[in-house]
Amino acid sequence: MTEKPLDATRLSAPLPRRRVLQGLGAAAVLGGVGMPAIVRAQADTITFGHLTPLTGFLGPLGAYGQMGVQLAVEEINAAGGVNGRKVNLIMEDSVNPATASAKAERYIERDKAAVIIGEISSASCLAISQVAARNKIVFVNTGGNSDALRGKDCNRYMFHVEGANTQYVKAVGAAMLRDGLVKGKKLFFLTADYAFGHDLSRVAKLYINANGGQVIADELVPTDASDFSAYMLKIRQVKPDVVISNLAGNQITNFIKQYAEFGLPFPYGGFGFDTAVAWGAGKGNFGGVWPCIWHHDVSAPASKAFVAAFVKKYGKPPENQAWGDYVATKSVARAMTETKSTDSAQIISFFEKEPKLDILKERQGYYRAWDHQLIQEMYTITAKPVAEVKDQWDLMVLGKAVPGADDALDAIAPTPAENACTFPA
Amino acid sequence: MPVELVFLIEQLLNGLLVGVAYLLIALGLSLIFSLGGIVNLAHGGFYAIGAYIAVEIGNRFGFPAAFVAAPLSVALIGVVVERLLFSRFYRADPILSLLLTFGLAMVIEQALRMAFGATPIPFAIPPFLRGQVFIGDFIYSRYRIAILVVAAAAVLGLWLLLQRTAFGRVVRAGVQNPDMVGALGISLRPYLTAVAAIGIGLAGLAGVMLAPISGVHPAMGVEILTASFVVVVIGGLGSFWGVVAAGLLVGVVRGLTIYFVPPAAEASMYLLMLLVLLVRPRGLFGERILRFE
Repeated sequence: MTEKPLDATRLSAPLPRRRVLQGLGAAAVLGGVGMPAIVRAQADTITFGHLTPLTGFLGPLGAYGQMGVQLAVEEINAAGGVNGRKVNLIMEDSVNPATASAKAERYIERDKAAVIIGEISSASCLAISQVAARNKIVFVNTGGNSDALRGKDCNRYMFHVEGANTQYVKAVGAAMLRDGLVKGKKLFFLTADYAFGHDLSRVAKLYINANGGQVIADELVPTDASDFSAYMLKIRQVKPDVVISNLAGNQITNFIKQYAEFGLPFPYGGFGFDTAVAWGAGKGNFGGVWPCIWHHDVSAPASKAFVAAFVKKYGKPPENQAWGDYVATKSVARAMTETKSTDSAQIISFFEKEPKLDILKERQGYYRAWDHQLIQEMYTITAKPVAEVKDQWDLMVLGKAVPGADDALDAIAPTPAENACTFPA
Repeated sequence: MPVELVFLIEQLLNGLLVGVAYLLIALGLSLIFSLGGIVNLAHGGFYAIGAYIAVEIGNRFGFPAAFVAAPLSVALIGVVVERLLFSRFYRADPILSLLLTFGLAMVIEQALRMAFGATPIPFAIPPFLRGQVFIGDFIYSRYRIAILVVAAAAVLGLWLLLQRTAFGRVVRAGVQNPDMVGALGISLRPYLTAVAAIGIGLAGLAGVMLAPISGVHPAMGVEILTASFVVVVIGGLGSFWGVVAAGLLVGVVRGLTIYFVPPAAEASMYLLMLLVLLVRPRGLFGERILRFE
């Protein structure tokens, strides 16, 4: 085959810089265009709308959220659906607060969703909750931790399966106090620079100050940062007694790995955590003490059944985000079944009677009437010694449930004084 | 040496290292654009593929095998992509090749997500590079120093290839004046393929080197691509040392910003880009390439 000597014409075609820049702009716009809805709603079904971030630093958790909700809907439909109607699940990537808000609107307007479930980003939760309240549709938040969502931004249509930051802080704080990591100590904070991180840092500082510790630095870390080396150098210079992560998603994985890489000697831990981040850090890197809302080693019988069903379907154990979306979906289905209705007002008044719900833990939980927070046990997590690690999922030792069996279940939840909520009329 | 100064030097060195990572990506971007006129938005995707290949090979045959195999296999993928896709778009409106590579980037990211899942995959630093180096007050991660050495070798190798070989002469001539190269009876086709292979192979190299640090997940390419584009723009199209200088500069500026004004860390490189473009619209050492004006 003979080739043309040179692609002269093709290469000398003018390529004005301005065209290239226009193209880059067009590409950026295209990046914001979403994927179409997966399934269309049908008249004889009840539509559950699910939104969660699938891309970005929370994407890995969102993938588990989708697995959890799919499993729950599958089980509900296999058992005959809700009030004889099958549940039709629609799922999309919530991307960011603006997109999340637009998609929530579309779920309600076009797909006639009876309920919206999901989300992880506290900022997107707020956006979705506003749309939900305006349209009088229940939104169950499965992953947004910020106390503000249950406090100053609370509303009657939003329920929270995910623990509030205060619940996380108080759960792991007790363990840190016990290990002598708070009283009289200097703590160095690394905080995710968005709604969740700011809120967590605020709540954590209240706790540390109340318990005789001192926060000597609070560095805001951009959510897309993957290199923590500059922070590691800074920590070594400041020489704190304890290093605390108020980070989120992939950030925590990278923090843990790079902390091990730089061999920093200070004890560390965090106030926010998801099991996937420890899995991402891998054997020999994971360390410190962390709070956890649920873990696949929780020994309650319902938890074991859920883990078994999940492993059967997906070939790996569920992450705590899968638990959140699963439990949220099951609780909504139960409210609809018991009230024989999909009406938001009925669902809300059912939950506000504080019925005990099976949430796959030793003690049953309930949505607290005045702020709609799921009141529940939490756990602490520490690293399992490398020699005892069986497989890639087995990196953690699950601590005792907090609060202890003799304490009130709401002992770790925010009090009205800490986080007042009045639902807008 | 006063302790403060040691920390400052550490931050500088650290900034250089971060810059070196951007650099491996940015050099490939710049090379492919300069010769073929294709803005490769999928470059970050090849970086991610490199990291995933490193995980697969590294877990079976160890890190050294991954270190050799990942860049080579990614370069091979680069050849296929260039022959099948890029080669059809050299003559086309640049918007079309932008759409092509933008789509390719999405396909790569989603394919990785489908094949390996969305969760980050752990990939450990090899045992022989674990630990820290101590020189007096100065302490640094051994693995990061290894990255610095590998990247410096890659940059030097690429420079020698472009400056000191017949291959490099044709490529440089092709960047400046493809018509003249054609008039001299040289077909640029194989050179375009080779340049794509080298550029994309460098992204694969960055993938294997950074996998243990940044975490292996489908969207890892997007994170680094934006910074690399900024580096190319600051350095100036067509300028080898411009891109090198810009990569290091971006890293150092970012490191120092984290040190002094942490919340501005991510904004610092865009501010730098703005300042450089105001003073030098073609970038630091950008050459005047007629067909791009």
